[in-house]
Amino acid sequence: MTLDRRRFLEITAASLGGALLSSCNANPEKAKPLLALAERGNEVVERGLFRHTAMNDVASSAHVAGDAFPKYFVSDDVPTLDAAAARAWRLEVSGAVKRPLSLSLDDLMKLPRITQKVDHFCVEGWNARATWSGVRVSDLARVAGATDDAHFVDFAGFDKGYHESWDMESAMHPQTLVAYGMDGSLLTPGHGAPARVHSPIKLGYKNTKYLTRVVFMPMRNGGYWSDEGYEWFGGT
Amino acid sequence: MSTLVKRNHWVVRLTHWVNVVAIVVMAGSGMRIFNAHPSFARPGETFALNPWEGHAIPAWLTFGRWLGGARHWHFAMMWLLVANGLLYLGFLFLHGEWRDVVPRRGDARDAIEMIRFYLFARADHPRQGKHNALQKSAYFAMPLLGIVIVLSGLAIWKPVTLGFITALFVNYKWARFVHFVAMAVLLLLALVHVFMVFTVDPYSLRAIVTGWYDRARSPEARNARPLYHLFGPARPAPASTEVPPT
Repeated sequence: MTLDRRRFLEITAASLGGALLSSCNANPEKAKPLLALAERGNEVVERGLFRHTAMNDVASSAHVAGDAFPKYFVSDDVPTLDAAAARAWRLEVSGAVKRPLSLSLDDLMKLPRITQKVDHFCVEGWNARATWSGVRVSDLARVAGATDDAHFVDFAGFDKGYHESWDMESAMHPQTLVAYGMDGSLLTPGHGAPARVHSPIKLGYKNTKYLTRVVFMPMRNGGYWSDEGYEWFGGT
Repeated sequence: MSTLVKRNHWVVRLTHWVNVVAIVVMAGSGMRIFNAHPSFARPGETFALNPWEGHAIPAWLTFGRWLGGARHWHFAMMWLLVANGLLYLGFLFLHGEWRDVVPRRGDARDAIEMIRFYLFARADHPRQGKHNALQKSAYFAMPLLGIVIVLSGLAIWKPVTLGFITALFVNYKWARFVHFVAMAVLLLLALVHVFMVFTVDPYSLRAIVTGWYDRARSPEARNARPLYHLFGPARPAPASTEVPPT
């Protein structure tokens, strides 16, 4: 069989295309370094685009999801504190701070309160509205005196070791709250009682529920779903 | 006189095949991402425009295996798709070849004549330049859909940081719907394109690989409709209005 230039090019193009496609599906391991490189590149772009002035804007007339707001946790059952445990609950603010804090729910509620109707963006693709009340993480950082070493924040809770670490800029966004209220009531166990992280600027899985610890860190600390292979940045 | 013409510049051929890979991966991974929540309604709401609300896309059509994997593919391949699209559009603009695809007066009439020809309401193939009027409208619509897809994609990737883009589509929910529908229309056009290549003008495969096209075998020369006169004998090339690229 003679193979002229045209035929050669046609066969080459067809087999390259085919090999590329089949290798992707047959062996995603080979693509992992490239995908990891793209994720790092995307993070640079996302952090470069990030602005504290870019806010999630939900009309005050917009409906909230209410009872339809999905409840989510990784434990087998809803993580719930009994009355005594709820009284003993503390939010520890520690790490790269001048004044570590140990706040009861009452202490938390004495700090400046923000109430905002915002979107919740789930990695699955849905979004749901709710009105959240709580304290800005930036206010916690100010009260605790976060130091220059605080480049990341780890949010951990009592839901089977769930935690997610954030970049400092996202944690300091004015819409990033430690929320204790939802739609005018205290949080229920299904939504992360007694307090949770809530922000429209990160995907839902970054918003740790059942919060117990806010740790300012010089290094990032992964996270429950980030370690499973979802993007660590997870920003909106 | 040879009837061979150099029809497609190497930039067009390269970007065409890169596009094939990029769009297959983007559409497949996008549908896998969609399957994580195959609805457009927010929780507690309904969405009337999607008759298949809640129904997932068959897994064999998807790519990336799981939500996180598909997202990594989607957010990596998007850069190749955008770079490739910019290269193609930049080339069309700088090289003057946008004239082959941008609609002009008379295209609507020519498109109707092409449809009449395909429906046997007209015996002879309408005269054409590089592309017939139906092709032109499809090749013009594809980059437009691409722009809508990229913008609506940015709108749902960064609905807060790039909230002003999301606002172009009203809000996140509608941007997601536009992103999906534009993808579906683009895939439909691509499927029709592939069908027409094999049933009307398989000789154009050569032109999109090596660049060379035999005008003596053009659909116009063969008077070819889908599946008709596919292997018609080479005829003297009609006086074409096609201008070969330089």
